[in-house]
Amino acid sequence: MAEPQPSPESTQTKPLLELEGVWKSFGGLVVIDNLDLAVNENEIVSVIGPNGAGKTTLFNLITGIYPPDSGAIRLDGESLVGLPPHKIARRGAARTFQTLRLFLNMTVIENVMASQYGQTKVGIARAMLRTPGMRREEREIRARAEEKLAFFGERLMGYRWDQPAYSLSYANRRRLEIARAMATEPRILLLDEPAAGMNPSETHEITELIGKLRDDGGYTILVIEHDMHVVEGISDRVVALDHGVKIAEGTFEAVATNPRVVEAYLGTSAAVTK
Amino acid sequence: MHLLLFNIIDQIRSLGWGGAFELLRNGIVLGSLYSLIALGYTMIYGILKLLNFAHGDVYMVGAFLGFGVLTAFGGALNPGIGLVPLIIIMFAVAMLGSGVLGVGIERFAYRPLRNAPRIAPLIAALGVSFFLENSAQLMTNGFQYNYDAFQLGGKNGNFGPLFDPVFTVAGNPVTVVQVLVVGSAVTLMAALIFLVSRTRLGKAMRATAFDQEAASMMGIDTDRVISSTFFIASVLAGAAGVMYGLYIGTTFYFMGFLAGLKAFTAAVVGGIGSIVGAMVAGVLVGLIESYAIGYVGGQWSDIVVFGILILFMIVRPTGLFGAQAIQKV
Repeated sequence: MAEPQPSPESTQTKPLLELEGVWKSFGGLVVIDNLDLAVNENEIVSVIGPNGAGKTTLFNLITGIYPPDSGAIRLDGESLVGLPPHKIARRGAARTFQTLRLFLNMTVIENVMASQYGQTKVGIARAMLRTPGMRREEREIRARAEEKLAFFGERLMGYRWDQPAYSLSYANRRRLEIARAMATEPRILLLDEPAAGMNPSETHEITELIGKLRDDGGYTILVIEHDMHVVEGISDRVVALDHGVKIAEGTFEAVATNPRVVEAYLGTSAAVTK
Repeated sequence: MHLLLFNIIDQIRSLGWGGAFELLRNGIVLGSLYSLIALGYTMIYGILKLLNFAHGDVYMVGAFLGFGVLTAFGGALNPGIGLVPLIIIMFAVAMLGSGVLGVGIERFAYRPLRNAPRIAPLIAALGVSFFLENSAQLMTNGFQYNYDAFQLGGKNGNFGPLFDPVFTVAGNPVTVVQVLVVGSAVTLMAALIFLVSRTRLGKAMRATAFDQEAASMMGIDTDRVISSTFFIASVLAGAAGVMYGLYIGTTFYFMGFLAGLKAFTAAVVGGIGSIVGAMVAGVLVGLIESYAIGYVGGQWSDIVVFGILILFMIVRPTGLFGAQAIQKV
């Protein structure tokens, strides 16, 4: 027997988010098929794939809407499987939604304040008595909310804070969702189609923003995106899914030109003629 | 029909301004109770989209808990302690007891059905309502019990101070107990508005009401928020139960049914899910009932109240504050 060599993996830093052999089926339909996925600290990984590839299901599995049928999901080495969504959020995985799901009955800043619930403590009795501790905490929550909103430049500043969220434009709603996710103090941000429905200049802006989130905010980001310009602009690594199977992984150039990916998007004949 | 209208006009004329104020006063006091109960309906509907039919019975339990405290201290005639501490203890026990009951109902009857079709928790709510009514009937032997609050604090069989006038308007006294009911109802409602609009629990409640799944993914423990909502809603109902006992006096196992139905009417008229709507419409229902009793006749009052509900639903199905359905809690 040769001396045990340190495997290449063990010399690397452990991935922040790690999925191992994850399966999920709804009835007879396998939606996620034996998926392995790793996202390293401070990395931006994009998940692409045609409609129905299982991208949003992947996010739902990570955030605990439903558990995987089998396989492991770990955040910073600790398993997330079986935890309720609010505990997963408190562990440090926060997401946005493809179909926006802001709290439209609340103001802009309240949305960002509400998502700090998991980080705060003051109970109902102290809140009602307006103890100094409660007031201090309220001030801190508001200050943190303002800090998150400031990340978006002029877009969500000043007079907008106390406007109801439903008065925001579509693009600003997308920004607010990101701010709300940031307020949970996550280790990893899961962005579900952040550029969906945006015009070209807004798309360009969101591309820069995602880079800034990583560079200045220090977030690790897993993003689902259909807009290939965005994917090209932000990704350290791209993972392509089709029918729940990982069909390609690597740099944007490698994945975008991978025949299986082209086939998944455009069909067999297109792949052949290409 | 002509005769009825004629009678009403005749009644308005003969009661005069003094009578009109008397009905206004009664309506506001009664309406305060309806508001407190209606808030529970609207909060629970807001957060779970569930009509908690058992809510009126929580109010009944609150009234009995208050009566139990009163009896434990020796009854209205000979309470072992002073009037003010006695009333405080009655409120505290009834509110806390009702609150715990509400949390228990949610935990054991509704939470297991959280992901069931919406009809299932509705049937469970009816079941809980019957359970509470029949349990109360067994435990109280089906009798009516009276707080006899007019004797509270009185010496040697004399009347106590609760029904003394505080001030008089147009020859009509406004009594201590009426001021107490309206005052504590307003205080509780102000506290509720503060809680919902300013505290972190309030924000978590509004977030959960709007989108439970999204809220949970933002780190909000929605089960706990829902428990808290049931606690607060039931605390308000328990307080209303004691207020009713002190003001009207008669508690019995079925009292929650009609009161609950009227408060539910108020919640719907106010725009179900709207907190301000429940407060306003609760007083409105109280006033309508009071004026219907005074001008049309007591036997007509329920017909008038529920007739207005039906009309209102035809004209404005979203309720008074329903246009701001988005402001729900």
